[in-house]
Amino acid sequence: MLKTTPLNAAHRAMHAKMVDFGGWDMPLHYGSQLDEHHSVRRDAGMFDVSHMLTVDLRGETVRQFLRGLVANNIDKLTLPGKALYTCMLNPDGGIIDDLIIYFLSESWFRLVVNAGTADKDIDWITLQSRQHVSDLTITPRRDLAMIAVQGPNARTKVWTVIPGSKAASEDLKPFQSVTFDNYFIARTGYTGEDGFEITLPVDEAEAFWHKLHVAGVAPAGLGARDTLRLEAGMNLYGHDMDETTSPLESGLTWTVDLKSERDFIGKQALLKQPVNQQLVGLVLLDKGILRNHQKIITQHEGATGEGEITSGGFSPTLNQSIALARIPVGIAAGEQVHVVVRDKQLAAKIVKYPFVRNGQALI
Amino acid sequence: MSVPTELKYAKSHEWIRLEADGTVTVGITQHAQELLGDMVFVELPKVGRTLAQGEDCAVVESVKAASDIYAPIGGEVIAVNAAVESSPEKINEDSYSAWLFNLKPANTAEINGLLDADEYEKLLESE
Repeated sequence: MLKTTPLNAAHRAMHAKMVDFGGWDMPLHYGSQLDEHHSVRRDAGMFDVSHMLTVDLRGETVRQFLRGLVANNIDKLTLPGKALYTCMLNPDGGIIDDLIIYFLSESWFRLVVNAGTADKDIDWITLQSRQHVSDLTITPRRDLAMIAVQGPNARTKVWTVIPGSKAASEDLKPFQSVTFDNYFIARTGYTGEDGFEITLPVDEAEAFWHKLHVAGVAPAGLGARDTLRLEAGMNLYGHDMDETTSPLESGLTWTVDLKSERDFIGKQALLKQPVNQQLVGLVLLDKGILRNHQKIITQHEGATGEGEITSGGFSPTLNQSIALARIPVGIAAGEQVHVVVRDKQLAAKIVKYPFVRNGQALI
Repeated sequence: MSVPTELKYAKSHEWIRLEADGTVTVGITQHAQELLGDMVFVELPKVGRTLAQGEDCAVVESVKAASDIYAPIGGEVIAVNAAVESSPEKINEDSYSAWLFNLKPANTAEINGLLDADEYEKLLESE
């Protein structure tokens, strides 16, 4: 039995092609994945992301607890509403999940975790809290739905749908949030475009979805979500990283705070491990499409190395194939590698990612 | 979804049209294009290549996935549709006019073993 979000009936009424996404019955597209992709880059699109889980942590020691739980430094959060992207690591330095943490008050932080990892995340956080603090309450919020509205016109369209919300949310900077009426509005996303991720009560989700649609926001499925996030150079858990990969070999060094005195789970392992691999962007020079798990052959200073594509596909904005790939360190942007595609070896160029931001090609 | 009655079909969702000059034209069915979604890349066999029945000889790739195309019958490739290589979305627009390649059959008896429209429709219902 697949799990469903509060918008399941709405997706079906819009003739979505539904797929099993990690046990959730989710929309892949509503007709054309490419059209949905372009809607987000050029105007506004909306995604049902209610399969992701909001988890509220409350208690007087919550900040102290999070200092030890996650790899980024929670003390970067000083203003209420501010958000932080971080990995939660196991003691070996592998990534249990990547998540966003919102600072709401000194006794209330909000986590948003991936759908496929939600159960193990809750188990892990519960286990850690029992060992380290006594007063923490951990509340999974399945009573909340989440809708991401993304695109250059996304915020304006949201303001027409939620009367009065403009004054409350127009000054939000990226990675800031505000609570307005029943809506938790965050200027975050997974597309490389401006927009909001809006959390609201489950029983209001369908009406809000329809109002957004009437306001000209195009429904967009998981297919477009994947091509958008790939162009934006954002990692996907389970593909670009997992429990066996270090954030330092996953393009996430910027999210790991090794400078402060603070200890956190996985830190000692990260300090000891050599960093042998890196996550890079690839642009295919030959014709074809790069796909996940294709093998990469590298030539660097006379030595042959191997790597693998972790996320590959077609970039609708660039109209060519791009990928994220894990390859040996030392090979720099501008160098060429070869990708094994069926019976051929195709040439690809290493580039710095993101590939696309705010509608503009960056490569 | 209508399945053209004048065509033959392979179980792997290719359609086959017997031309007046005795050659056969091959494409993918409406059902196949719908499953794959937006097409973004097509790789066709070289003209002159001899294919065995069932041999994988072309690739169509959508945003979502890559799919191999199998030769529904054996024969020599005598033409390929360059228009779908440059504009793969033509397959989504009308998969029955966006043909992939044209074969000179090695053994016309193989055509008789393919599905007719009724049989192909039954296959789709059972899938």
